Amino acid sequence: MAVEMTRETTRLNGGLAQDESSGLLSVDIRKSFLHASKGFALDLACEIAAGIAILFGPSGAGKTTLLDCIAGLTTPDRGRVRIGDKVWFDAERGTDVAVQHRNLGYVFQDLALFPHLSVGKNLAYGLTRLGKSERGDRIGDALESFRILHLRDRKPQQISGGERQRVALARALVTDPYVLLLDEPLAGLDAPTKSAIIDDLRTWNRTHRIPILYVTHSHDEVFALGERVLVLENGRLTAQGTPHEVMTAPRRETVAQLVGFENIFDAEVISSHADRGTMTCRIGNSKLELETPLVQAEAHARLRVAIGAGEILLATTHPVGLSARNVIPGRVVSLKQRDLIVTAVVDCGVSVEVKLTPAARDELGLHPGQEVWLIVKTHSCHLMAG
Amino acid sequence: MDWQAFWLTLRLAALVAALLLLLGLPLAYWISFSRWRWKFLVEAVIALPIVLPPTVLGFYVLLALGSRSPLGRWWQSLTGHTLAFTFEALVIGSIIYSLPFAVQPFATSFAHVDPKLMAASATLGASRLRTFFRVVLPLSVPGLVTGLALSFAHTMGEFGVVLMVGGNIPGVTRTVSIDIYDQVQAINYSAANQTALVLLVISFAVLCLVYGVNRRIWTPWPSK
Repeated sequence: MAVEMTRETTRLNGGLAQDESSGLLSVDIRKSFLHASKGFALDLACEIAAGIAILFGPSGAGKTTLLDCIAGLTTPDRGRVRIGDKVWFDAERGTDVAVQHRNLGYVFQDLALFPHLSVGKNLAYGLTRLGKSERGDRIGDALESFRILHLRDRKPQQISGGERQRVALARALVTDPYVLLLDEPLAGLDAPTKSAIIDDLRTWNRTHRIPILYVTHSHDEVFALGERVLVLENGRLTAQGTPHEVMTAPRRETVAQLVGFENIFDAEVISSHADRGTMTCRIGNSKLELETPLVQAEAHARLRVAIGAGEILLATTHPVGLSARNVIPGRVVSLKQRDLIVTAVVDCGVSVEVKLTPAARDELGLHPGQEVWLIVKTHSCHLMAG
Repeated sequence: MDWQAFWLTLRLAALVAALLLLLGLPLAYWISFSRWRWKFLVEAVIALPIVLPPTVLGFYVLLALGSRSPLGRWWQSLTGHTLAFTFEALVIGSIIYSLPFAVQPFATSFAHVDPKLMAASATLGASRLRTFFRVVLPLSVPGLVTGLALSFAHTMGEFGVVLMVGGNIPGVTRTVSIDIYDQVQAINYSAANQTALVLLVISFAVLCLVYGVNRRIWTPWPSK
């Protein structure tokens, strides 16, 4: 499949120089937990090159367990964990390097800053092997990189949440780890603070090319951060690729539901236009036909199409002179307002959900029974295996 | 007031508290973090002195230290005199008697240290020993002070065990509580009262320290 191939290539090259393959994090593990109520098994294999890789998935998918297995805080039942040519864990060979000898950075969800130590001493904690002057330099550099030099003598309780997150990042990175594991480190921060910290992390990562595995269940963070995304669902990797590939062209419905597409339809491929990079698909049993991006699929193949309710435009007269390829007539069935978002359900042969603002509704004078046109861009139609 | 008995008691209590710190820390650490299935047996043994009559405990300690026991014989071959009815015997008996009063507060405070902090310490390259001294111990200061103070106060006030294993030898094993008992036996109530009052004041002061610390007056980090 064309899409599949692009994805593989991206993953393997990752836009990296040759010498960086030495720091490749390679994980192939299985870990099961037996609980009285339900069992859970983490079972996956992946390779993570230098740069920020997002580990995305719903809570309970096993994201933290995976990080713990890489860190050595949890022992996998089977498999291997390697970084470059160093083996951290190999069940067959009986290798299991102790956490404290792995030299990794781990920022926990609740940060785990030492409350009895100042910011400077929190950073110094992992640097005992260095001489005093070098230690001082390293701490100074790290504090500066994350803009917290002025907090050096404060205790974690005396600084703000965003500052604490910066301290936790600096503490993990000052030891020059082989791998950085971040477990939702920016949860609970406002967007500007978040993006400022992300910028600093990116800047740091440009000079320290190590694999960074960043756990999140926030859709926005995936696009803001990632060079690559791994989607973890119920202990398994279900998709991986660039954020755009994974998040905008999901291959599995579960991923689509995860990302929150309101409209998911069965579709049949009518014709493919390889020269234009598009296909025509018929939706459900209706006469509705949509132009969608091209994926490798036989004529009459069964697929699914997902369209976000916020990606659809609504017009009260037939629009002309648009670049959008799908202009679909329909009739408003219902309008519901929840908070400041109006959800319109429009019957176009199938029911389509559209999101709009209360102002747009009022200005257009929308009411149930009204004739409308829906406008959907080709690339807003996300195709999945059926 | 019998100052000799008073200093002897202080010396005993301080020594026992110090030894319990050395002995109690590893024991409490093990109790807090071991996943051994039969751990509860050890916990029960350590807690025994809380429920046993001191005379029962003293009786067995006396047997264990006597010249017929292996420990007593070994001590005799080493020092040339018997172990029972000496200051050393008093120290051993008191350590056992006060063990739960040190170990339990230690273990409780260790168990309250956030496991994530220990995990963070490990990821930063620290061994378990270093994690213990740099993270667990500093965050357990209230528990340490409590354990030390309680074992000190408990040793100061003990009677039954002392009488059983130490007897009543002035300057060697005659502690304040035994002195009070003697004064009362001799119908010397004013002397008994004087000594008892001193013991009461010291015990009260120590408990004030314990509860004061647990109110986080001297914890090493500022309150929120």
